Formats: sequence, C-alpha cells, structure tokens
Amino acid sequence: MNLQNIPIKIEDVEQYSIGNLRALLSEIAAHLERLARDGNIASIDLNSLPFAPGEYEQLRLLLGQGEATAHIEALGPSDITETRYPGVWWVTHYNVEGDIIADSIEITTIPEILSSQPEDIRMGLELIKEQLNDEVMP
Amino acid sequence: MNEHDTLGDRLAQQGISRRAFLKFCAALATMMALPPGAAQAFAETLAKAKRPSVIWLSFQECTGCTESLTRSHTPTLENLIFDMISLDYHHTLQAASGFGAEKSREDAMKEFYGKYLLLVDGSIPLKDDGIYSTIAGRTNLDLLQKAAKGAAAIIAVGSCASFGGLPNAKPNPTGAVAVSDIIKDKPIINISGCPPIPAVITGVLAHYLTFCELPALDELGRPTAFYGETIHDRCYRRPFYEQGKFAKTFDDEGARNGWCLFELGCKGPTTHNACATTKWNGGTSFPIESGHGCLGCSEPHFWDAGSFYTPLSAPSASVSTVAIGAAAAGAAAAVAISALDRAKKRRAQQGHEKLTVKDL
Amino acid sequence: MNTQQWLEWLRSTGLQISVAVFVLGLAYRMLHLLLLGRKPNLAEARGSAWRGGLRTMWHRSLPLGKQTSRGYLILGAGYIFHLGFFIALLFLSQHIALFRAALGLSWPALPPVWITMAAVLALAAMVALLVQRMIDPVKRLLTDYQDYLTWTLTFLPLLTGLLLKQSGGANYQLMLVLHIASVELLLLAIPFTKLAHMVTTFSARWYNGAIAGYKGTQA
Repeated sequence: MNLQNIPIKIEDVEQYSIGNLRALLSEIAAHLERLARDGNIASIDLNSLPFAPGEYEQLRLLLGQGEATAHIEALGPSDITETRYPGVWWVTHYNVEGDIIADSIEITTIPEILSSQPEDIRMGLELIKEQLNDEVMP
Repeated sequence: MNEHDTLGDRLAQQGISRRAFLKFCAALATMMALPPGAAQAFAETLAKAKRPSVIWLSFQECTGCTESLTRSHTPTLENLIFDMISLDYHHTLQAASGFGAEKSREDAMKEFYGKYLLLVDGSIPLKDDGIYSTIAGRTNLDLLQKAAKGAAAIIAVGSCASFGGLPNAKPNPTGAVAVSDIIKDKPIINISGCPPIPAVITGVLAHYLTFCELPALDELGRPTAFYGETIHDRCYRRPFYEQGKFAKTFDDEGARNGWCLFELGCKGPTTHNACATTKWNGGTSFPIESGHGCLGCSEPHFWDAGSFYTPLSAPSASVSTVAIGAAAAGAAAAVAISALDRAKKRRAQQGHEKLTVKDL
Repeated sequence: MNTQQWLEWLRSTGLQISVAVFVLGLAYRMLHLLLLGRKPNLAEARGSAWRGGLRTMWHRSLPLGKQTSRGYLILGAGYIFHLGFFIALLFLSQHIALFRAALGLSWPALPPVWITMAAVLALAAMVALLVQRMIDPVKRLLTDYQDYLTWTLTFLPLLTGLLLKQSGGANYQLMLVLHIASVELLLLAIPFTKLAHMVTTFSARWYNGAIAGYKGTQA
C-alpha cells in the first residue's frame, strides 16, 4: 500500500466516550453553585484533561453557545464565549501562529482577561493627554 | 536598554499591553497547575522582576533541546520568556563567535557573579581528562566548574544534562556524566526529556524569575509540577488498558481503533513527564496519540532499559538461550549422577547390601 | 540501587538467573528420577502398563472427593487455588506478551476483570489452606519451615500482581519491581522444594498407574 492509498477513516464525533463529560459537567455544576451562593470564581484547565478523540467536540456541543461572545487580539487571538449556562465561560487563548496556549472553562461573572488592566489604563490616559495637547487636533 | 529595567518596563517599551502579558501568564499558570486567580498575582510579580543574566552552555549534545525551545520567530510563549531574560551567551543562538563572544561571556559572569542563571544542555565527558568535548580549547568539565562557581542556580536542560543521556548509554565511550554528577554545591533543576517539552523549560524559567527560588523537585531533581505524574496516569488510552484492549502490531485493527500500546513497548507506566496533558507542538499531539509507545525519554538510562518495542512485562534480555542451555546442563547432570547411582545400586546388589534412597 | 535500576536488572540478568536455575533444577530432578528406574517386575504382565499409567494420570487429576481422605474443603481449596493461579498466569495480556517475547508463542487473553477475580479466589483459597494447616493438629505436627516458605513464595506473586493492577503513579514502578522479584524468587525455590511437584506429580501418577496396570488391576 503506497502513501496515497492509505485509507482515511473519519470518525463519528459521538463514537467515543470515556466518561469524562459527565464528570466534567458535575464539576462545573458544583462550581456554578458556589458562584451563585458565595460569588467564588473557579477555573478548569482543559489542557490537562485526557480527552478521548471526539470528546472535546462533544463538550463543545454540550455546553453550547450563550448570549455573549468576545474576541481579543493581544499577541494572538483569544476567544471568550459564554456557554448556554450563564456564568460558565469558555476561554481559549491562541498565539500568533494559531496554536492553543491556554484553554479553560471559567466559572465567573466575567473572565478577568476582558477587564481593562490598571497599567494599560494609565498608558491610555497618557496617550489621551498627548492627543489633547496636540495643537493640530480640532 | 537599561539593564536595570524590570520585565514590566521592557514589555511596555515593546508595546505589549498588560492584558497580553496577563494572557501569557494565564497560560503559564495553568501549565504549572497554579490555582485560578494566581495568574493575576503571577503577572504582577513577574512584571516587577529584574532581568537576570543567563548563561547557556552547550556541551555534548545534539542541539535538540535548543531546537525544541526555539521553534518560531514570532512572539510566542517561549520567545517572550527569552525576551525577558538577558541571554548573555548561547553559542547556537548568538550572532557573535570566537574570542569576542567568549570574552563577553566572561564579562557577564564577572558582572553578575553569584546572581546569574546557568543553563546547561548536553552531557559532560570525563574520560581522558574530558578531551572529547571542548570549546575554544577548554574542556566542558573546566567550563562547567568555572561557570557553576558564580551561578545562583543551574538548570540542566534535557536528559543529557540531567542524567547523561545518549552519550551515557552503554558502553559510554566518552565517560559522559550529568551536571549533578559534577556540581554538588549549587541548586540544580533537572528538566529531563529528549528533548523536554518547550513549555516546561519556559515554565520553570518563569517560576524561577517570579519567585526567585527553585520549584518543588522530585527525588531526581525534576519539578513536580511537570514531572509529578506518569504518562500512564494521564493517558487518554488508559480505559483501553484497563479493559485489556491492546494493539498487537503497528497498524492492526486495535492500533487503528486507538487501543493501548502497552504490548508495543510503551513505557508510559514508568515515565514521569507532562506529555499526556501539555503535549507537543503547541498541544497538537504526543507520541501515544500519534500511535507510537512512549520511549521513557525523561527517565535516567532510558537508552539502556531494553528495547523500545519490548513491553514492560517482557524480559529485556534473551531468556530462551539461557533456558535451553540450562535444560541441557540439567539433563547432563542427571545422566551423570544417575550413572553414579546405578553403579552404587549394582555394587550394593552384588554385595547383598541394602540401599535406600538416602544413600543415592 | 534505585527502583529503575532494579527493574532493569530484574528484566534481564535476574530473569536469566532464575530461569536457568528453574529449568536446570527441574530437568535434573525429573530426569534423575526417571533414570533411577525401578526394580524389574519379573512377573508376567496381566494388563497394560501404558494404559494404566495414562488413565491414572488423568483420573487422579479429577476432583473426586471419595478418592482422597483430604476432605472436600481441602480438595476444593486446592483446585480453586491451582485454577486461579494458572488463569492469572496464563490469560493476562501482559503475561502473554512476556511468553510471546520469551517463547514466541501467544494465545488469546481473558478480560482483566476475570484475572482479578481468579487471583482473588486463589489468594482466598491459599489463606484457607494455611489456616487449616495451622489449626489441624496432625497437619501442624507435620508442617515445617519449608511449607511456610513455599506458601509465602507462592502467595507473594499473586498479591503483588493484584496490587500492581491497581497501582498508578510512582507506585507502578515499585510494584512492578516487587512483582517481578517475587516471581523470580519463586522460580529459584521451585526445584529445591516440594513445589517441584509441578513435574513430579504426573510421573508419580504414571508410575502408580503403570504398576497397577501391569498387574491387571485398576489404579
């Protein structure tokens, strides 16, 4: 069999399950309860979980998409999506080449990365002041 | 660029926003299994860190560790870390060479004496006074000993520097040894692997830069954040192992179904590393996911631990020749001793003496 | 020497030594026994020695309570132990991989959960037998250190094997070392103790049957 003839088997996403999803969903539920009751935030790192082939995609289908989506461009793109369960956010950071460098589920009112950082605010303030001092501005 | 700039200053000067830096720290923090919310604290502390001087010495190595680390030229996790440190000497990466380069290394060592970080990749040959690997006429042994004197800490990058690696495999013609076999009075972190996962190297560097101390190490000097678990414990094929579903040869039905590779020699159960979770090439895959068993490359003497394709439950040396020889020897002994016994029996019979089993 | 160095030694030199002693010892014992021969029976044959020998080898291997004064408990425990031990030894995938590497033969494996059950039953049977041996006054009188030694050397591989199946993390390597070491100790001890019955039993049964068969009686 030469290289060209090796058959490619496309797997059905539903095919494999090693029980990760149920466990994960239970963990998310527990964190969400704590968020609702005490306001405690939590984060689950998806990179460290051993997913069977197809389970990652099944998780995406399971959590779905909610009302809010955000996109950041800071040394590479980052996608932040609220899932169909409010308070459960899926945060994925990519580097400039599109590799995933962090992938997590955050149980919070709003992921920290979306907030403007104090240092950046200070830098922006200086830029605005410069702009105002600029004589050419109308 | 002022040498006393903090990392935060440098980032701002490069036009990198604090949010971008926070994103980078979040990635680093999850990789090191720090609790959520630690990324923020991590970022604040790291931003205030002064750029330490780093000397990188390459000894008897294949340059795979440097290659693993420097896979791209645009800002990535790894490059950002390298931007943060002042890499004063790296003979593969630096543009300078020759006596000028050697002089600036010595100047850096003098200026930052007691404070610089020493990174070493490659093993150190000791046989014949260490002549098998020299730089600018000086042996690796000599270079290491001189550089280690003024180092705040030493990071041994890769299995060669951590344990001796490939040069150390039988019969070890150059007398190659690890850094920790030579330097006994400085803190050493072993980042083993052939090569190590790039994110592990940068994670350890970031930890050191942030907290100014060594991370928690296991009994082989490896950071437990990355080497605390075996591949077997995090392998996504583990359920197949538990169910007894094993691939018997490469590309058979079991292999195509992604079954466990134990019978194809996978050393996952006895290997500590982060490959099953952090993976390689930015999380693309790792050997088992691509269908090949783990080689155990982050463990000492993995080159001498039997074939990569012999399962852990099988012998790593030939048993059948020994068994056949033993059977032949046993049979020969039996024939010989039986002959003696029969002679005894005959004599007893002729002498009309009683003979019991105990006499034979 | 640390765990990893032990593992490397046990998988190579250690195994070679223990297999050599095992094979040499048993080959010697078996052959010596056969070559010693028997007094020639000068009477005329009234039946077939061969048929008697073969029949007895088979017949005495059956668990027929009336055949022995041992009692059903001992008989049952003995069978459960032997069956469990051999199922665990011969039908676990990892062991089959070992035989394939050493002998070139392989055969289908059983699901791991059956192996666990077999090993647990074998261990339970062994404990029952040991307790019975220590309680029964006659047995206690007859028991000597060799009996306890062989019991321990047979118990350890089963126990360490079970623990190995359940262990993870850094314990796996330690448990693997203990398991392989216990097996090699067992192999070393077999030719020198009553455990050699694994080969001598069948020749003993043959002899009994052959003698009786020659005489024309049923054994």
